[in-house]
Amino acid sequence: MARYEIYVTYKAGIFDPPGATAERALVNLGYEGVHEVKIGKFIRIEADADLATVSEMCEKLLANPVIEDYRIETVEEG
Amino acid sequence: MRFGVVIFPGSNCEQDVIRATKYLGYDSEYIWHGDTDLSGFDAIVLPGGFSYGDYIRTGAVARFSPVMSEVVRFAEKGGPVLGICNGFQILTEAHLLPGALLRNRGLKFICKSTSLRVESDACQWLDAPVGSVLSIPINHNEGNYYCDTETLARLDANGQVVLRYCEPDGSRASDGSAPNGSLDDIAGICNERGNVFGLMPHPERVVEPITGGTDGQAFFTSVVAKLAEIAG
Repeated sequence: MARYEIYVTYKAGIFDPPGATAERALVNLGYEGVHEVKIGKFIRIEADADLATVSEMCEKLLANPVIEDYRIETVEEG
Repeated sequence: MRFGVVIFPGSNCEQDVIRATKYLGYDSEYIWHGDTDLSGFDAIVLPGGFSYGDYIRTGAVARFSPVMSEVVRFAEKGGPVLGICNGFQILTEAHLLPGALLRNRGLKFICKSTSLRVESDACQWLDAPVGSVLSIPINHNEGNYYCDTETLARLDANGQVVLRYCEPDGSRASDGSAPNGSLDDIAGICNERGNVFGLMPHPERVVEPITGGTDGQAFFTSVVAKLAEIAG
C-alpha cells in the first residue's frame, strides 16, 4: 500500500476569500509583515494505487482543474 | 409538457420547483438521482440545496450520480436543462457549463432579493426583453462565478451571459453590483446552443404572487413555448 499527501490550492490569480480574510486578520493582530495568505486543502490517501492513478483521482474529483492546482507527494512507495 | 426535477441527497428546493411548475399548469415529477431513465420528460431541472453536503466542492460529488450521465446525454441531444443554485454548481462541475462557482467574496451566506438585468435572448429558458430588470432572490454561500478571460470573451461574444446582477434601475455599479463578488456581475449563463442554463438566483421562489413577485414565471413559460415552437 502506498501513501500520498495532496495539496490543493487555488490557481494563481483566483481570489481566495478565506485566505484574504486570514491575511487581513493577521495584519489587524499586528503582524504587519504579512503580505499574502492562501488557504487550500490537504488530503492524505492510503491506497493500492500508483501515482498516475492518484493524479487521475485529483483531475476527476479531488481538485477542479478549472480553478485549482494540485501537488502530490508520495510519502511511502507501495 | 413534463418537467423532471432531480433529487440528490441534500437537495432542498425540489418541492419549490414542483410547486412552481404545477402552479403554472405544467406536469412535473421528481427524479431520484439513482435513476437512469429520463424518457417521458421534456425538460430537466437540477434544483438548489446542498447535494452531498457540499463536500469536496459544491456539486463535485453530485455530478457523478447515476442520473447525471443521462442528463448529459439529454443535454447533448438538445433537451432543455436548468440548474438553479446548487444545480448551477453541478452543471459547471459536470462541464455542461464553463467556469466555476467560488465562495462568496466576504465569506457570508447571502439570502436576499436581487435585481437582475436580462443580457441576452440566446437562452431557451428565458424569453424576456434584453435590458429588462427582474427581481429574484438569491440564497447561497458559493455563488461567486469565475472563468478565465478567454472563456469570458467567448461567453460575451456568443450571448451566453443571460443574467447580470444590477442596481434596481438596471445600471451596474462601478465597483460591481454582484453581492457575491461574481466576475463581471454574472448571475446566469447558458451553453452555446442555449438549451442548458445555470443561474444562482431562484426563479421558482417568485412564481406565485404570495411569495413576493412573479418574475420567475418567465423561465418556465419560456421553455414551454420554445419546446412547442420546436415541435411545430
